[in-house]
Amino acid sequence: MLNYVIRRLLQMIPLLIGISIINFVIMHLAPGDPVLLLTERNAPPEEVARIRALYGLDDPIYVQYFRWLRQILKGDFGRSFVDGRPVIDHIMDRLPYTLYLNFVVMIIIYALAIPIGNISALRQYSWFDHVVTFFAFLGQALPSFWFALMLIYAVGIKSDWLPISGVATIGVSLKRHGFWTVLVDRAKHLILPVTVISLGSMAGITRYMRSSMLEVIRQDYIRTARAKGLPEKVVIRKHALRNALLPIVTLLGMELPILFSGSVIIETIFSWPGLGLLSIRAVFQRDYQIVMALNMIGAFLMVLGNFISDILYVLVDPRIKYS
Amino acid sequence: MMAAVSKQPPAELDQLDPHFGGDALTLEPESYLSMVWKRFRRHKLAMAGLCFLILMYLVAIFAPYIATQSYRETDSANRLQPPSKEHWMGTDQIGRDLYSRVIWGSRISLSVGFVAAGVAVVLGTVIGAVAGYFGGIIDNVLMRFTEIVMSFPTFFLLITIVSIVERSIFNIMLVIGLTSWPGLARMVRGQFLSLREQEFVLAARALGASNARIIFRHILPNAMAPVIVSATLRIGGAILTESGLSFIGLGVQEPFPSWGNIINGGRTFLRQAPWICTFPGIFIFLTVLSFNYVGDGLRDALDPRLKD
Repeated sequence: MLNYVIRRLLQMIPLLIGISIINFVIMHLAPGDPVLLLTERNAPPEEVARIRALYGLDDPIYVQYFRWLRQILKGDFGRSFVDGRPVIDHIMDRLPYTLYLNFVVMIIIYALAIPIGNISALRQYSWFDHVVTFFAFLGQALPSFWFALMLIYAVGIKSDWLPISGVATIGVSLKRHGFWTVLVDRAKHLILPVTVISLGSMAGITRYMRSSMLEVIRQDYIRTARAKGLPEKVVIRKHALRNALLPIVTLLGMELPILFSGSVIIETIFSWPGLGLLSIRAVFQRDYQIVMALNMIGAFLMVLGNFISDILYVLVDPRIKYS
Repeated sequence: MMAAVSKQPPAELDQLDPHFGGDALTLEPESYLSMVWKRFRRHKLAMAGLCFLILMYLVAIFAPYIATQSYRETDSANRLQPPSKEHWMGTDQIGRDLYSRVIWGSRISLSVGFVAAGVAVVLGTVIGAVAGYFGGIIDNVLMRFTEIVMSFPTFFLLITIVSIVERSIFNIMLVIGLTSWPGLARMVRGQFLSLREQEFVLAARALGASNARIIFRHILPNAMAPVIVSATLRIGGAILTESGLSFIGLGVQEPFPSWGNIINGGRTFLRQAPWICTFPGIFIFLTVLSFNYVGDGLRDALDPRLKD
């Protein structure tokens, strides 16, 4: 097992190097000189040159690459070209909001998708199964931003039931209000974005759970369990469900990058101050340092998530040999 | 198996074997395509989807005749008008006829989806085929590269590239295609890995066929079924991606209408003029839904084993 983990870790290194090179190259193909953003419009050439040297932008490209690589290994992603603040501060400001939103989404998706997929499989081709399949298709084809706007119109504008932007009502805080008021206010702000994101991503996991369960109940050991006279409930719960959940557990590893990168468009629509909104702003302002950092961290988490998935797979399923 | 079945009409058998040819024996074998069509027709929602898509492509092709007005002509006196007899879907924030814009938008949205998916399918198929066929170091290099591209959060990568290139319609197509091939490459590679060990490949090699010929003429036709299904689903996906990009202002640029950027334009006026956002969204939704159902129908029809 330890061997497997170490080999798997070593495999990540060339991958991460490749990712960093591609990331760096893309950013250097970008037109528009960031120095011009940092200086006054009519800055004298000496001033421009000074800034250029300050940020190391006049070094050869490979020198810049290695310097950047050394820095990010230390967790330093440089400074924003727009306001000079460290990129990592920008990210840390926004990260909690994205994690908070996507964590709630994740809980809701799994809490709903697992039982729904399960029942769908156990009653294959029943009306329930057909309805679930139908909604899965709808969910996958629905443009999330359009659905969000329609919801905003229906429950936000038409009726004022729910707030349509932000994380909390301004002024509602624990200092001035009771715990209960704050909780309800936060929850109300979550409802619309969570609904939109969940509906879009639930379809996949539901289908996955359904086919996993279908696969398992065809196995011989399920027939054996039934043949030895176990009640159906026990067969399903103890024998089938546990095995059908194995592939789902490994999906959890893949949630890591999703928690981070989340949903750019939905954050924009609901003015959710997370990383998605940050990335859009950075892209429009040509703040390449932030864009590079977000891509790099996102890709790193994806690689790490893959690693966790593989390890989880081996851990939860003793039938798999890690050779 | 499609190549094998469709390449053996009874006429050829007659030539090969002079003793073969009694009419009693040659029950007209159903061609592969008619078999697929027969199975596809049974999937009602896929048929409905296909009809809707044919209709949409006709609308896109004949947009100049179907649209009642220009997509760029503004009329400041008639801003934000609700749907009426003159303006079937109302007018937008600068007084353009929304119906005409949605019709012209179908041209852009559908072609972006089609070309972007085409780029992804060609790239994914070639990379997957070469990696799976040759194996070894070539496979290793290509698959590591595929993994690297796959590791980037797709939408971050997409908006990053889109932000540094000129946002022409052609570039949007290309960028969406360039970021969505890795999944397909992996799938095609898997197919090739198992197919290349089969006897018909050995036979082709023994006959002296070149590598390119074996890849494209012998193996690829046998690996086509999942590629066709995935290509269909990918067109829908690409339309969705384009509309999302255009919605945040990083896709197709004004004054050209795409379903996504019409919604973007109408977003600020959601309260006064909800129709601007509503209509294009319905078109995106129905088009993508149709592609997904057609893809599902094709999966059942092309390879019944793939079901569930």
